[in-house]
Amino acid sequence: MRAVVTVVGKDKTGIISRVSTFLAEKGVNILDISQTILEDYFAMIMIVDVSKATLKLADLAEESRVMGEKIGMSVRVQHEDIFNVMHGV
Amino acid sequence: MFNYKHVLETIEMVEREHLDIRTVTMGISLLPCVRATGEATAQAVYDRVCKKAENIVKVTRELSGEYGIPIVNKRVSVTPVSLVCAAFPEKAPLIGRALDRAAQTLGIDFLGGYSALVHKGTADYEEIFLKSIPEVLASTEMLCSSVNVGSSKSGINMDAVRLMGQVIKDTASATAEKDGFGCAKLVVFCNAVEDNPFMAGAFHGVGESDTVINVGVSGPGVVQHAVEAVPEADLAELAETIKCTAFKITRAGQLIAKEAAKRLNARFGIVDLSLAPTPARGDSVAQILEGIGLESVGTHGTTACLAMLNDAVKKGGVMASSMVGGLSGAFIPVSEDIGMIEAAERGDINLDKLEAMTAVCSVGLDMIAIPGNTSAETISAIIADEAAIGMINNKTTAVRVIPVPGKGVGEEVNFGGLLGRAPIMPVHDKSSAKFIRRGGIIPAPIHSNKN
Repeated sequence: MRAVVTVVGKDKTGIISRVSTFLAEKGVNILDISQTILEDYFAMIMIVDVSKATLKLADLAEESRVMGEKIGMSVRVQHEDIFNVMHGV
Repeated sequence: MFNYKHVLETIEMVEREHLDIRTVTMGISLLPCVRATGEATAQAVYDRVCKKAENIVKVTRELSGEYGIPIVNKRVSVTPVSLVCAAFPEKAPLIGRALDRAAQTLGIDFLGGYSALVHKGTADYEEIFLKSIPEVLASTEMLCSSVNVGSSKSGINMDAVRLMGQVIKDTASATAEKDGFGCAKLVVFCNAVEDNPFMAGAFHGVGESDTVINVGVSGPGVVQHAVEAVPEADLAELAETIKCTAFKITRAGQLIAKEAAKRLNARFGIVDLSLAPTPARGDSVAQILEGIGLESVGTHGTTACLAMLNDAVKKGGVMASSMVGGLSGAFIPVSEDIGMIEAAERGDINLDKLEAMTAVCSVGLDMIAIPGNTSAETISAIIADEAAIGMINNKTTAVRVIPVPGKGVGEEVNFGGLLGRAPIMPVHDKSSAKFIRRGGIIPAPIHSNKN
């Protein structure tokens, strides 16, 4: 099962490191990363495999949100289907 | 591979434009609960609802977490209670209160189905049931009531219309200390649908299967944003934009509905693609209409804009879901829509214009506060007008008005939360009493004879 991780917020040092370390600890495998800086804003989208995650997707999403708050970023983990269905026929 | 623009667009819709799943509603048949006595039936009803919907709160929380989309309400709708207690109608309040207790046990937001279908005639047991509505709504919290008084196929039961005017007055009196709040949980329909997930009008039709999941999606803010993004578009282009937006919103609803049905061991019923506003700014149907180019909702052109909006929403939604049902369109409640509230406060919209608008959109005169001294006959006449629009136009119409006890035009009522606040709107002061007292049936229209 794949999920989409989005990380948005003001740019600072170590965001990718913090997020990817957190995901690795939870057994989440990163498949693809795209990252950009828009003005001062950092925006990253990752495609991840959560089939070997150590916790349920809803809990992973909640813990990721809390982790994000600690580093001042908005972090979301969502099942990929929400994007697939809304933007495909 | 993923289109990252789409990812950010979805997140923007949720974060900034109030996209949400307004309700996951489980429809439950109560027909297997009928026992020899009212007491035993009430117990069976409580047990069945608690068992069938025991996981609805847990599952919706999981789905919301996994897909990152808020699910605002968890609800249950049941078989019209008047049918369940037909053999002992005086015991209907027992069943109503059992349902309310079940709603509390489950931790859901509303439970609908304290209902009767009397569109062609009122049986004795139904009359007793209808008269129990005020007391039951006053003594319950989450229970909602609806009554179908007409249909395109059968005409309008004017005896029931007359009675419902009085029931609404009595409900307001019974909940006078809360500004007639009971009336916010009571809706009178023409052409009621059996799979509506929205309150106060949800009930589980007798033609439905045992347990069904119906989902209501919302997103006036998303549509408003899409409209504002194309300020120079002509109306055909605008309709296309709205259609595409409605498609995306409905797809999210379809996904949640199918998953919820699977996890709750119920049949996937329908997705209701209604634009249901909330009192939050940026979550308003009125503001969409104003975004199209009206200085205020209620001015000339409002009906045309609403007709276009309603139709475009339906077209996008129908393509997006395998099963579309419920009410599906744009809702125009007054107290639940900040743009409507402000227009009413300015005097830019009145009951007559709202009535015209109901001819081209979903449902009808909704959440409108009227003076407490409005007569029962006048309320019945308001219902009759709405029912006539529904009957002739083959659409659902409804009336949910609150005659606020002790208050008049110029004052305001505040119900809080999703129900919002409403300035009290004037009604016509000339009497309709003689018409209402005639009673009987308005016969079915000529176009009902399609066989």
